[in-house]
Amino acid sequence: MRYRSSLARVRGLGAAKSGTERWWQERVSSALSIPATLFLIWLGIRMPGLSHSEVTQILGHPTVAIGLILALSTLFWHMMLGMQVIIEDYVHGASRLPLLIANHLFVAAFWSAGAYAVLRLSIGGQ
Amino acid sequence: MPEHFQRPLSPHLQIFRPMFTMMMSIVHRITGAALYFGSVLFVWWLTAASMGVDYFSFVQGIFASWPGQIVLFGLTWALLHHFLGGIRHLVWDTGHGFELATVEIVARLTLAGSILLTVAIWVIAYATKG
Repeated sequence: MRYRSSLARVRGLGAAKSGTERWWQERVSSALSIPATLFLIWLGIRMPGLSHSEVTQILGHPTVAIGLILALSTLFWHMMLGMQVIIEDYVHGASRLPLLIANHLFVAAFWSAGAYAVLRLSIGGQ
Repeated sequence: MPEHFQRPLSPHLQIFRPMFTMMMSIVHRITGAALYFGSVLFVWWLTAASMGVDYFSFVQGIFASWPGQIVLFGLTWALLHHFLGGIRHLVWDTGHGFELATVEIVARLTLAGSILLTVAIWVIAYATKG
């Protein structure tokens, strides 16, 4: 039982004045994911059969390392926005908010783990 | 007005005859979700490379196994399908390509392109294997 009138609900849950920004972020992250994806494919094609030292040499190269961190950043940003839409479309009720927070945690965890691995390969002095 | 006033609902997916463009839209979302979880494998591989030769060999062994290769092949296709479908969406966002015939043709080209490019990438990767 809710004690708020429909008008109060509308006032409370109306436009957050940030919808356009989110829509735009989806488009920008999507466009930036094009070069990021091409970069990862170019990189991935070279990997089969290489030894560990050859792989670390390529991944640790300054240009590749910076490219990887940029690619991880735009792709994880895009994934966060996309998964948020999926959760908001299909999940209703009590599990919605925890899942939305879990989405942010997932992205933060794997983005930072990936970026940390690249930094370690690049300037970790192995 | 009661809180749960029974308003007429818009008909949802299951009431429509499945159409190709509709399936492509659904697959776009499914591939996006698959790539979300597939990103864990990529970060795992990067982490393994940073942890030294022993652990890297262990992870490479898993990825080089048959199940590993099938998963990576599937993710490559998901990536290209979502990549081409995403470009299609960006073009739509500019207001172009909405004619029905164009929509149908481009949807078919997206699917064909995603399969062809996936095979091409794997052929190149295996052919140039060091």
